[in-house]
Amino acid sequence: MTDTARQQLISRPFDPFDFMARYGTLIALALLILFNFAFTRNFATMQTLNVNLTQVCTIVIVAVGMTLVIATGGIDLSVGSLMAISGALAPMIFLGKIVPIGNVALAVAAAMIIAVGVAGLFGLFNGWLIARFRIQPIVATLILFIAGRGIAQVLTNGNLQTFRVPQFQWIGLGRLFGIPVQVVLMVLLVIAAAWMLKRTVFGRQIIAVGGNERAAELSGIAVSRVKLVVYTISGLCAGIAGLVVIAINSSSDANLVGMGMELDAIAAVAVGGTLLSGGKATIIGTLLGAMTIQLVRYTLLANGVPDAAALVVKAGIIVLAVWIQQQGRRT
Amino acid sequence: MTRPRLISLLGSYGVVLALLLLILFGWARYDYFVGLFNITSVLRYNSMFALVALGMCFVIMTGGIDLSVGSTAALGSVVAALASPQGAWIGLGAGVGAGLCVGLINAILVTRLKIMPFVATLAMMLAASGTALLLADNQSVSVSYESGFTSIGQDNFIGFPIPAWIAIMTYVVGWVVLNFTSTGRGVLAVGGNEDATRLMGLPADRIKFLVYLASGGLAGLAGVILASQFGAGQPIEGVGWELFAIAAVVVGGTLLTGGVGSVGATLAGVLLLGILFNVLNFENGKGWISLSAYWQSVIRGLFLLVVVILQAKLSSRGSVAVRDY
Repeated sequence: MTDTARQQLISRPFDPFDFMARYGTLIALALLILFNFAFTRNFATMQTLNVNLTQVCTIVIVAVGMTLVIATGGIDLSVGSLMAISGALAPMIFLGKIVPIGNVALAVAAAMIIAVGVAGLFGLFNGWLIARFRIQPIVATLILFIAGRGIAQVLTNGNLQTFRVPQFQWIGLGRLFGIPVQVVLMVLLVIAAAWMLKRTVFGRQIIAVGGNERAAELSGIAVSRVKLVVYTISGLCAGIAGLVVIAINSSSDANLVGMGMELDAIAAVAVGGTLLSGGKATIIGTLLGAMTIQLVRYTLLANGVPDAAALVVKAGIIVLAVWIQQQGRRT
Repeated sequence: MTRPRLISLLGSYGVVLALLLLILFGWARYDYFVGLFNITSVLRYNSMFALVALGMCFVIMTGGIDLSVGSTAALGSVVAALASPQGAWIGLGAGVGAGLCVGLINAILVTRLKIMPFVATLAMMLAASGTALLLADNQSVSVSYESGFTSIGQDNFIGFPIPAWIAIMTYVVGWVVLNFTSTGRGVLAVGGNEDATRLMGLPADRIKFLVYLASGGLAGLAGVILASQFGAGQPIEGVGWELFAIAAVVVGGTLLTGGVGSVGATLAGVLLLGILFNVLNFENGKGWISLSAYWQSVIRGLFLLVVVILQAKLSSRGSVAVRDY
């Protein structure tokens, strides 16, 4: 090791890109909040907080699964379609369209478990294609992206299912100690995933697979199993998010539930600082990323900018975030 | 030796064979399947997808991906519709120009800023769609019927739909470029091994730049045809086109890892997916089965599944041992 290299190790000069890659999302979020306090009317109200939190919840829940998938160097395009499947299945079960169930609580429990379980199974199917046949994740999950929404539409014949079942809608409309249930759910999921990624062997294996798959395999990690589990988790998260969405809406439309969710989730992950090529992941970053994107959209809408322009801004943010990340990595 | 040979032949001509079988099936089973009306309407409709898939095919051969083609086509259709009162050619030029602009930004993001193609084109997908909605004020834009713009999509030339002629010509150009020009060979070289290509002194960045530019331009052209065929620029059309194009390219045997690909097989892939729908519609008309439109995407997905697994099986024979778990 040369002297200069050693010196660099001891005292690294300040690198703006590295700094931005680490703290950029946090700074952006802080600036957005300050801006809104100053300029957006009625920003500092509980209602604003509630609106933003409920809207960001489903994105975060899906993005947690997506973060794990991306950490292995993969991608999951099927999440939106899996949300539609779980959202189509659950009402069919608790409304008794398949098998009439007398007890409401039992029916709702069965609906939740089966809907999320089926989404998880489809996720497992994604993982199976990717691990067993070595199909590229983008193609393997493309299959269910196309077919999944079709399955949901075939199940419901494309019809809107409306319902008023408080026991079920508790997960979208209820409150625990004054906090919306889905926010509690989101926080629990984020904590569990962050803990798993940082503190468990399996979490480290996910990162290892994404960093260098061949090396991970040679060091004895069951790469195929890691991938199977990761895609299953992504499917389960999508299933849960699908339930939350239909609970909030009191209705389930297979044509709309989860539409475009894969893009929102990927954007949240990218803005949050997870490397899209795999090998480095942060769940908290994903949470911050999703909040940043949500708050940008809210800020624009609240200040009279049309939704279409918000799309263009979102595109700019994604590119900027990824570019800064890459500059930080290069040094 | 004969068995692997047979399998590799099946790999390269499988899609053409499947296409022929499907056409034969339709011919034997339905009265009006091989009729002038059906043939021209299938070609007219699928020429848009053919154009988008050609651009996608080149991008994928370099090892990249272009997710923005669908919203670029939507943007192209809106811009062409807005410009159509000035004349058919100006409408055409404006639509293609809009596509080229998106392609240019994609190219700069990928080759200059070194952003992964997947992310760069994903962002442009949002941006192009947002721009289309802004320009069109969130509704479809009617084209001018006086300027002759609609004849691009609706008229025939020597008994053949003009969009089909456009598609055929671009495929001929694409085939020549890929097989007989240094840029075309460079496309496959970049996809095969980018570092080696650079070390050999080939202009890898320029090749990638051109490929994204071309994909944007072709998507814009598809948008022009969309607008003139349906008489309106449609900012929310084009959703899922990128996935249809990727599916057609994959069905055509082009590897998504890049370095291998064929223009002709991509066209066969587009026709195969298009005619599959056509056959389903005819089958519904027969009354034996009644599949709702929703089944189409399920069947499309299943079809893609079969092709992808077959492709994986075929390509794994050539490579080093595949590990089971």
